[in-house]
Amino acid sequence: MSAVTATAPTADVKGDARIPLRGHLRHTGALIRRNLLWIRQDPESMFDALLMPVVFTLLFVYVFGGSIGLALGGGQDRYVQYVIPGMIAMMSMTLSQGVGTGFSQDFNSGVMDRFRSLPIGRGSVLFAKIAVELARMLFATAVLMVVAVLVGFHITHWGGLLATVALSAAFASSIMWVFLTLGVVLKNAQSVQAMGFLVLFPLQFGSSIFAPTKSMPGWLQSFTDYNPLSTLADSARGLMVGGPVAHDLWVTLAWSAGITAVMAPVAIHKFRTKS
Amino acid sequence: MAGATVFPMTRNDNNPGGGRNAVTVRGLVKHYGETKALDGVDLDVREGTVMGVLGPNGAGKTTLVRILSTLLAPDSGHATVAGYDVVRQPRQLRRVIGLTGQYASVDEKLPGWENLYMIGRLLDLSRKDARARADELLERFSLTDAARRPASTYSGGMRRRLDLAASMIGRPTVLFLDEPTTGLDPRTRNEVWDEVQAMVGDGVTVLLTTQYMEEAEQLASELTVVDRGKVIAGGGIEELKAKVGGRTLRVRPADPRELSPLAGMLDELGITGLASTTVDAETGSLLVPILSDEQLTAVVGAVTARGITIASITTELPSLDEVFLSLTGHRASAPQDTRPAESREEVAV
Ligand SMILES: Nc1ncnc2c1ncn2[C@@H]1O[C@H](COP(=O)(O)OP(=O)(O)O)[C@@H](O)[C@H]1O
Ligand SMILES: [Mg+2]
Repeated sequence: MSAVTATAPTADVKGDARIPLRGHLRHTGALIRRNLLWIRQDPESMFDALLMPVVFTLLFVYVFGGSIGLALGGGQDRYVQYVIPGMIAMMSMTLSQGVGTGFSQDFNSGVMDRFRSLPIGRGSVLFAKIAVELARMLFATAVLMVVAVLVGFHITHWGGLLATVALSAAFASSIMWVFLTLGVVLKNAQSVQAMGFLVLFPLQFGSSIFAPTKSMPGWLQSFTDYNPLSTLADSARGLMVGGPVAHDLWVTLAWSAGITAVMAPVAIHKFRTKS
Repeated sequence: MAGATVFPMTRNDNNPGGGRNAVTVRGLVKHYGETKALDGVDLDVREGTVMGVLGPNGAGKTTLVRILSTLLAPDSGHATVAGYDVVRQPRQLRRVIGLTGQYASVDEKLPGWENLYMIGRLLDLSRKDARARADELLERFSLTDAARRPASTYSGGMRRRLDLAASMIGRPTVLFLDEPTTGLDPRTRNEVWDEVQAMVGDGVTVLLTTQYMEEAEQLASELTVVDRGKVIAGGGIEELKAKVGGRTLRVRPADPRELSPLAGMLDELGITGLASTTVDAETGSLLVPILSDEQLTAVVGAVTARGITIASITTELPSLDEVFLSLTGHRASAPQDTRPAESREEVAV
């Protein structure tokens, strides 16, 4: 640190540290393209997004539909109206895992080193993963809606469907920051998946996704009532089928904002400082 | 626009040896618990030269390259590349470097062309330029025929070349190559050497690490020998060779069965350099480290006296082992792959 040149040599023209917004968009775009090419290369990676809505819908409607429908004061038809909005909530959570496992794979191949040695914002790599996973989720939702109509689901408010998709995307992207963090911190994709399972399973079944919570014991209800998956599922019901929606909507949005506010900086920090 | 930009930090060109330094390293330290991966490393690479960093496995070569390419933060000491501080100016620094890591850092699921195009876009080339650059580099690295195939179908040598091409996209002024030919067969290794030499011809400053004296001699003009996180010798290749003084004599008897008796005989005669005579079973030859022309004559004499038919006899550069024994008095730790167990299993999400 002895000699400091006063005039900026030519290399400094390229030396501005800041990346303009257009640069961020370009980088994110290039990385989105990469993730889409992955899908083209390996179409089987879409199987989960394709099959999960089909299998789960058929399973729940035809296995539990009759009895839970009865409890709801109707039959299987009644249950279809109940469970389909719940499925959207479930998928937003389950498919979010993909960002974590994908990220973990990137770290274990050398490609992340390449990205980190390039002059791009760290966020671009993360945002691209989120964007592609959200697209996968939209695809899965479309599949779900087709299956739903086939098993007799009636959408009362079409605008509500759009609002539901937007809300679950907002919630999913907040959850993705959690999985991105796990993808950075945990050693491999299996660990991410195992950890994800541990988190997802209780959240999914301790919620109003598949069945009303009224018959659950009180201690469990106090959990399910604050479970964002319950509020997301109930918002979706209100939006698509009708009924009160405002309270659940606000709680879901608050969860999404809260999780993002905490986990996005954590994910970016962990990503930046990982050696 | 460039003129109006205010730079928070100016370039630092530290040039103790005359000629500008492309890389300056001072007192660099990186510890992993008890392991001193880098233990106070100093290094200068002048612009436009090729610096070879020679050392056995675990010497700290990869750690050094990772710090210089901003992938890893040092514990203490400092380093500049092209005048930019590795810790305080990582963004600027990343614009002017190219990196080919020890382990392939291409996206294996993507075709070669897509890998290069993506990196072009990440380096802010326009779509058109990124396309042209990808085509051009594939051509140059003889990968045009494989451009549309996923990199996972490439051979080791092709992957290495794609990696080199990827690190050239941004026309870097400083290039880091971490063991560019380790694990490649001799023919592929020669191809990679040719490519590296061509890059050097373009005026790029190169810092390359290697475990092979031969590779260092082929590619580098200057050498830094590292061991256990410390620089143990440095200077011009010829200078170092003179300092080590040794050579390796490769004797290949026509009948491979003669190998071990021959080794035994030379051992008995006590003709050897610092390291001991070894049998290279793969090529059916005997590697005899020697220190002088007298020893060379003695070996040839002894072999002739025994009346064995010799298929070939050549002198080669000293092995890394020989270099280390000469410089440090201890043997270079046995080459072993210290790479952490690979965890690339596919996971169905
Ligand atoms: N992430 C890490 N955690 C713990 N030890 C490490 C890590 N990376 C490298 N090391 C240790 O630091 C030393 C130097 O490693 P490295 O720089 O990879 O050497 P080289 O590239 O010369 O083979 C080795 O002893 C290695 O085991
Ligand atoms: Mg190494």
